[in-house]
Amino acid sequence: MQYQFDFSALLPYWSDFLSGALVTIEITVFSVIIGLLIGVACAIARRSTIGPLRTLVSTYVEAVRNTPFIVQIFFIFFGLSSVGIRLPIIAAAVFAMVINVGAYTAEIVRAGMDSIHPSQIEAAEALGLSKLQIYRDIILLPAIERVYPALSSQFILMMLSTSIASQISAEELTGVANNIQSNTFRSLETYMVVAVLYIAITYLMRAGFYGLGLIAFPRRRRLGTSL
Amino acid sequence: MLGGFSFNHLIYLLDGLVWTVVLSALAFLLGGVAGFFVMLCRISRFLWLRRAALIYIQIVQGTPLLIQMFILYFGLGVINISVPPLVAAGLGMMIYSSSYLGEIWRGSVESISRTQFEAAECLGLTRWQALRDVILPQALRIATPPTVGFLVQLVKNTSLASVVGFLELTRAAQVINNSLFQPFLVFGIAALLYFALCYPLSVWSRSLERKLNVGRR
Repeated sequence: MQYQFDFSALLPYWSDFLSGALVTIEITVFSVIIGLLIGVACAIARRSTIGPLRTLVSTYVEAVRNTPFIVQIFFIFFGLSSVGIRLPIIAAAVFAMVINVGAYTAEIVRAGMDSIHPSQIEAAEALGLSKLQIYRDIILLPAIERVYPALSSQFILMMLSTSIASQISAEELTGVANNIQSNTFRSLETYMVVAVLYIAITYLMRAGFYGLGLIAFPRRRRLGTSL
Repeated sequence: MLGGFSFNHLIYLLDGLVWTVVLSALAFLLGGVAGFFVMLCRISRFLWLRRAALIYIQIVQGTPLLIQMFILYFGLGVINISVPPLVAAGLGMMIYSSSYLGEIWRGSVESISRTQFEAAECLGLTRWQALRDVILPQALRIATPPTVGFLVQLVKNTSLASVVGFLELTRAAQVINNSLFQPFLVFGIAALLYFALCYPLSVWSRSLERKLNVGRR
């Protein structure tokens, strides 16, 4: 049997596709920024001398990293509504994303901090730098610079996971596509268009991170992230 | 009438867990074979083959697994092939894992010094012999920790097979929650079961990394 592709049925919905893509980008940008802050804080906490704090943070990181995003989203969204807290869908999705970005960022940044050689810190101490200066200029920033490629690909993976928010009917790109395909009955075509849009967003993000890398780390221009 | 969470519900979840394991194993085995070919294409002498593999990887890694599942599910539907959910889900997971495993293994092979290849060539080994007897045994050491680490991603991502109606752990939890509406409990148990599966793999991957001392060579 020959299948007739018909993309024309999707034309009236082009603005819906775009607004869905925009929501995907917004969720991603917001949760990456907040999640990055949480992740860096957690990475620092995991190196602290306070035992319980270390345990708490590593429990959080391991719990998030070893369970599926879809289960986390269901847990948060349906769980909160079962105890009477009616979070807007987007808020629940962003909440789940922030938690995830935080845990993954914490692990990557920690790996970067571990890769800073102790002699660097000793040298900084010998030069009379303050504790804050050492942490900021010798440990944290060089660590982030070193793991920048890993961080940016992790953030792109997180952008792709926003599609899972469609399962609690969030109106991001995949959620919009679910609506469009049930209106037009052109399921295959709809998801093919969406796949292309996701690839476009992926490229956009890679270009963005590459540019950001050039601005933020001018010292090592070639390190950036590969386009 | 809302009943409580009973022993039968737990059995239902554990049954789902078994299918999660089956799907993960299937995805890893099939994806491993396909990923090996992706890796071979990526390091091939032929430019067109390298390009084709790169495009494949960029498409698979540039789209969410959820969308791939939908495309496969509806795609098989429109050409009137009715396949069991396990096959559809397994195929989707295979495509997904082949692209990631292919890239992981390509990285491992390329981290072996070029001089090894050249030395093998000087000894008169064919390209395939060089790869099999010289490069791959060394690359295996480097590839093992990230491969085990990827297994965690794989197990977690089988949860997305639930959206095309494959009854694994996440779907089982959804079914139970629809009747009980005790999401914290039901999804909490599901999360614990996933954790029990994934955490040992994470720990194993980290210990392999230390043991094979890949980071500090």
